[in-house]
Amino acid sequence: MKIAVCVKQVPDATVHKRLDPSTHRLDRSGEGALNPTDLNAVEEALRLRDAHGGEVAILSLGPERAMDSLRKALAMGADRAVLVSDAAAAGSDLVATSHALATALGREEPDLVLFGQQSSDADGAVLWAAVADRLRRPMVSQVAELTIEGGTLTGKRQTEFGYDVISAPLPAVVAVSDAINEPRYPSLKGIMGAKSKPQETVSLADAGIEADRVGEAGSKTTVRAVAPPPAKSDQVKLEDDGSAAEKIVEYLAEKRLI
Amino acid sequence: MATTTQAPTALDPLDFLALDVLLSDEERAIRDTVRQFIRERVLPDIGDWFEQGILPREVIQELAGLGLFGMHLDGYGLPGASAVAYGLTCLELEAGDAGIRSTVSVQGSLAMFAIWKWGSDEQKERWLPAMHRGEAIGCFGLTEPDAGSDPGTMRTHARRDGSDWVLNGAKMWITNGTISDVAVVWARTDAGEIRGFLVEKGTPGFSAPEIHKKISLRASVTSELVLQDVRIPADAMLPGASTLRGPLSCLNEARYGIVWGAVGAARACFDEALSYARERIVFGKPISAYQLTQQKLAEMALEISRGSLVALHLGRMKDQGTLRPEQVSLGKMGNVRGAMEVCRSARTILGANGVTLEYPVIRHVNNLESVLTYEGTHEVHTLVVGQALTGENAFGRA
Repeated sequence: MKIAVCVKQVPDATVHKRLDPSTHRLDRSGEGALNPTDLNAVEEALRLRDAHGGEVAILSLGPERAMDSLRKALAMGADRAVLVSDAAAAGSDLVATSHALATALGREEPDLVLFGQQSSDADGAVLWAAVADRLRRPMVSQVAELTIEGGTLTGKRQTEFGYDVISAPLPAVVAVSDAINEPRYPSLKGIMGAKSKPQETVSLADAGIEADRVGEAGSKTTVRAVAPPPAKSDQVKLEDDGSAAEKIVEYLAEKRLI
Repeated sequence: MATTTQAPTALDPLDFLALDVLLSDEERAIRDTVRQFIRERVLPDIGDWFEQGILPREVIQELAGLGLFGMHLDGYGLPGASAVAYGLTCLELEAGDAGIRSTVSVQGSLAMFAIWKWGSDEQKERWLPAMHRGEAIGCFGLTEPDAGSDPGTMRTHARRDGSDWVLNGAKMWITNGTISDVAVVWARTDAGEIRGFLVEKGTPGFSAPEIHKKISLRASVTSELVLQDVRIPADAMLPGASTLRGPLSCLNEARYGIVWGAVGAARACFDEALSYARERIVFGKPISAYQLTQQKLAEMALEISRGSLVALHLGRMKDQGTLRPEQVSLGKMGNVRGAMEVCRSARTILGANGVTLEYPVIRHVNNLESVLTYEGTHEVHTLVVGQALTGENAFGRA
């Protein structure tokens, strides 16, 4: 079975995130890391490969340095990585990104495409749907358990009210939630072996992607303004007169945090 | 003339000199993985483990799963990572806890290294892959109750009986002893040689009771090894070593890891002290705004930067094969002393919180008391450097 995992390099959790007011884009100059739920997708792909055989290819659209993060997936055990990187792709929105990934996936022809549920920087949580639509393939999202039998996948889909159990024929697209597994740590041998695994950085032309359908040219949305979040002002100071616990619970409930 | 237009990068308090650029991608990836493991699997519980005096077996297994046991050795299915990668690993492990770093050091640099360096092919085949995978734990018995800095006065004795060896004696302060499947025991033979023997758990006459009541390295097992007429076959002797050079070569490996590890303990305490100082309000402003605190923090950053550079330089030399034991002695002296100053200074910034296990500081302070004297005491390393400088042996006996 050929599995492709679509991943994204995001700013490392320890980096203070900043929107660049001149480009209206996220400042990506700091340390990068693989998007957290993408690690779940990679882990699931490795488990499926180990159970069913085949290969795990990692696919991403991003700046050249994103390969550093893709290498982490290779260190975990993925077989090869393909990064589509091109100055003309910078600033791609959902529509443009989904076009690029779907085109690249079309060449790969995987049996299964895995995504993490959402990225920790843009938080769109829809890219997998757009890619599945472009590929005209069935799609299951928010998957907390995944099995493959014969040519059919069965996913346990987490919802607010319980679980849906959904089947679909392969080839298909699945977005996994972080409840599906606990991603492994790359082993030392995995890290040391990653550099000798195939790692391709390809241009839009190499990948057969039309330049005018990605980047700002191919995007259907425009970011008109960006602003940092307002300073936190909503603070309540409680003196504990014996009822502090209740008041905290009330406060959290009022904010719909519990 | 070329001009540089690159702007200086933002200052990282934990890497003030931006030494990160001196590492390869692979070295950074190894470091980041160990750091992540420590953050996720060790730091949430290490205070409790220290208080209870335990290191859970599953953590040892997870360390093995990462491939850290004997990581810098090659052949026999071992990873063959660089000395720098091993050093960075020691740093990150000790930023968690010196007990955990000690567990890895003793397994890899003492027990596995002794077999790797001085063992027969059969011994290596049998033990090294299993020890790398954590299926077998090893320990290293050199120090005795009455023989520490002068291991040449050891009393543990190996007598030849037919083709067997019969061992008698006792070893003290042996990390991993009680949980070990195999002990590398150094003993004096009738012929006056110093020989290493592989003594397996369960061998009649051999026991490894745990040492309790220690107030340092509590998240690490420390034991005695008791040997009473322990009979082992001829092929349990390490064939390659017949003098004190055998065990001392292993100690040199382990103390190289300490050069790095000490920096990790210092960094952990500095990190805590810096964030505490920014938040703790005294007389209406954070204590980080006071000159006395800033002096402490600046001295800490200096010690950590200096210690990191020393460790990295020694590591690069080790990878090139040019590192001398005297240089490791200098590194251990300086970095452990520096770490102790940093951690004690952090203790004062945290006030009373600095003595509770809710914060990492007193744990590191106490751990470093062991690190100061194990793998060669500060005094011994001082005399090693002194002898290298002057050509005079000041160890007492000529």
